[in-house]
Amino acid sequence: MKVLAAMSGGVDSAVAAALAVEAGHDVVGVHMALSRNRDRFRTGSRGCCSIEDAGDARRAADVLGIPYYVWDLSETFEETVVADFLSEYEAGRTPNPCVRCNEHIKFEALLDKATALGFDAVATGHYARIEVSDDGAGEVARELHRSPNTAKDQSYVLAVMGPQRLARAMFPLGGFATKDEVRAEAAKRGLSVSAKPDSYDICFVADGDTRGFLRERLGSKPGEIVDTSGTVVGEHDGAYAYTVGQRKGLGLGRPAADGKARYVVDVQTSTNTVVVGPAELLSVNRIAGEKAIWFDGVLDALSSDDGWFAAEVQVRAHGAPVPARVRAAGPASDTMEIELTGEPLRGVAAGQSVVAYAGTRVLGQATVTAARRA
Amino acid sequence: MDVTASLTEPAAGPGAEFAIDGSEPPPDTGAYLDHAATTPMTSAALAAFVEHARHTGNASSLHSAGRAARRTVEESRETVAAALGARPSEVIFTASGTEADNLAIKGMFWGRRAEDKRRTRILVSAVEHHAVLDPAFWLAGHAGAQVILLPVDAEGRLDLDALRAELAEHHAETALVSVMWANNEVGTVQPVQDVVRIARHHDIPVHADAVQAVGQLPVDFAASGADAMTVSGHKLGGPAGVGALLARRDLPLDAVLHGGGQERGVRSGTLDVPAVAAFAVAVRDAVAGREAHAARIAALRDELVAHVRDAVPDAILCGPDPQADPGGRLPGNAHFAFPGAEGDSLLYLLDSAGVQASTGSACQAGVPQPSHVLLAMGVPETAARGALRFSLGTTSTRDDVARLVAALPQVVERARAAGLVGGGRS
Repeated sequence: MKVLAAMSGGVDSAVAAALAVEAGHDVVGVHMALSRNRDRFRTGSRGCCSIEDAGDARRAADVLGIPYYVWDLSETFEETVVADFLSEYEAGRTPNPCVRCNEHIKFEALLDKATALGFDAVATGHYARIEVSDDGAGEVARELHRSPNTAKDQSYVLAVMGPQRLARAMFPLGGFATKDEVRAEAAKRGLSVSAKPDSYDICFVADGDTRGFLRERLGSKPGEIVDTSGTVVGEHDGAYAYTVGQRKGLGLGRPAADGKARYVVDVQTSTNTVVVGPAELLSVNRIAGEKAIWFDGVLDALSSDDGWFAAEVQVRAHGAPVPARVRAAGPASDTMEIELTGEPLRGVAAGQSVVAYAGTRVLGQATVTAARRA
Repeated sequence: MDVTASLTEPAAGPGAEFAIDGSEPPPDTGAYLDHAATTPMTSAALAAFVEHARHTGNASSLHSAGRAARRTVEESRETVAAALGARPSEVIFTASGTEADNLAIKGMFWGRRAEDKRRTRILVSAVEHHAVLDPAFWLAGHAGAQVILLPVDAEGRLDLDALRAELAEHHAETALVSVMWANNEVGTVQPVQDVVRIARHHDIPVHADAVQAVGQLPVDFAASGADAMTVSGHKLGGPAGVGALLARRDLPLDAVLHGGGQERGVRSGTLDVPAVAAFAVAVRDAVAGREAHAARIAALRDELVAHVRDAVPDAILCGPDPQADPGGRLPGNAHFAFPGAEGDSLLYLLDSAGVQASTGSACQAGVPQPSHVLLAMGVPETAARGALRFSLGTTSTRDDVARLVAALPQVVERARAAGLVGGGRS
């Protein structure tokens, strides 16, 4: 196959490209330039976006003996991922830009351009597995599964790509149980990125300072922080910078009457007000999501007569899955309804992604619109 | 000579027998259509390089080993001077064309301003190479210079009236004029003699970057009247890592590299004797063989242009049309824009088909930027993003052109399809 290996300059994508080469594919390395004004050197824990990272990717491609190109996807990135990040925060929701990047950049802009240029698949360094089953009658089903590396598992941020695009994706690191193994594979092949530190922060936010980035891009909008009775307890610089469930950085002058910690329980952008309250108010067991995506066979095979099926749901990239029953609703099954059947979840904000699993298998994903206690 | 008969056979020597040990035939490296980026070293230059690399000797040393190295350097200087219409004392060896351009722009700016501190204006054509533009803009950012970008016409040729008007008004504040002999992207030959004539009227010195011109066009430093001129080794059959600035002795020129005082004090640093020797051989041979070489690659280029137009009828030839204006363009240069396709897609697809070309423009960390040359010529940005340069050299054959033309229609079609879906930019 002709495979495009997306190479960030990090160790994971370098090893993924190496494994694609060793599997006998005709591989071309592509580094995505996602910002026009890139830093010359890597700083902090951002790991993909500097010119130094592009150089690391080029060097890895050289070692692997594959062609290497840089594709400028910065405009699309700004128009989709960054614009969504800003408008979601501005609307009082909590976006996950890595999910949007997988949706719009890696498995749309990159994948579609690759397909148009004649590539059969895009290989990335994600930690997740694609399971292919053949029913013998030529019907091929593809499932997305968690990585055995539970700490690194990225199925949560990949679920948004949906079933169709799985057929053109390749995750060569899917079988690796630990990052150390990946680093060892890199070292074995003489890839100098083998000891490169992991990246954590949002790649387009300098220093991990999300609030500073939002203020810079959205401007300062001072307003009040109130408690659930409406009493003003503090001030803020822009309600958009707060997220439901947040405890730190509220800067409240006065302690609560009961002396307990207070959390953001609501962000009302229409009145530019942040509402704080006790932890109990954050507990929810009913979640609704929009833009639902279901993987192949899920709705037919799993649903009972009333449409509900048992699953576990996860609302954060590294959050624990909790038991629930889930069903599709809406005319095109594009809504996801969730009832938690065990412990409630705390701090579920609109805009977050919710992913439904059956064991390691991804069933579907949606964007949270509402969460409440029933 | 019968030009067409020689089209399929490269000129004897360069590239043909590149395996040094002679044991293995060279591998199929595809159709190499990027000679303007770098072109193979000639056998004679390679032999000179290897020969002199065997010897130890610092050309600045006074003992016999040093004297031998010195002799090689001075003979090389005389060879370069003779080939380019310069005096030996006007040849300053550098480590690249870029270094020579930097020395010219910075050295002339500082030298001229030291004579009269009002002289802060640097006049350059808008289509100069970055090796000229960037030092000029660096001086603007760090040394109080003002950079005036002189406009060009739709074919990339300097607007002489703009130069006249600029100098009529600001000659007293002008430090220097720099206009390239021929453009590296679209091949447009600039009216250097006219530039010199206009500037001379105001006693303003002129630098010409002749990196692309030597070996393809008749270049005579003295006859041109220019005060400084850049030449590079690896564009004409010599090694990379060596070049020269030809500079008149009376030109105010400050040093950029300071140290041991080599090269009349303006370019310190121990000379790379093997590279200088190989460079001189390459310059000598390129100039001696220029007429036949230029005729051969011009005929091949005309064929390439005609076939590309047949294969992709809506391709836009950028720069002067060689049929209408045979002398207006470097003989080895062809340049097309393919609207709707992106340069990096075209490069990738051509490379996959065994054809090596270039977008001809600068990259920032490998990200192709729309060429400042094309934008200055008024090419719309959407078309400029899908531009490719095909440049021919000594080893180019009809087969190379055939390979390009065979691959091109499908490559352009596919790149256009990718432009519609990918990146959302086209």
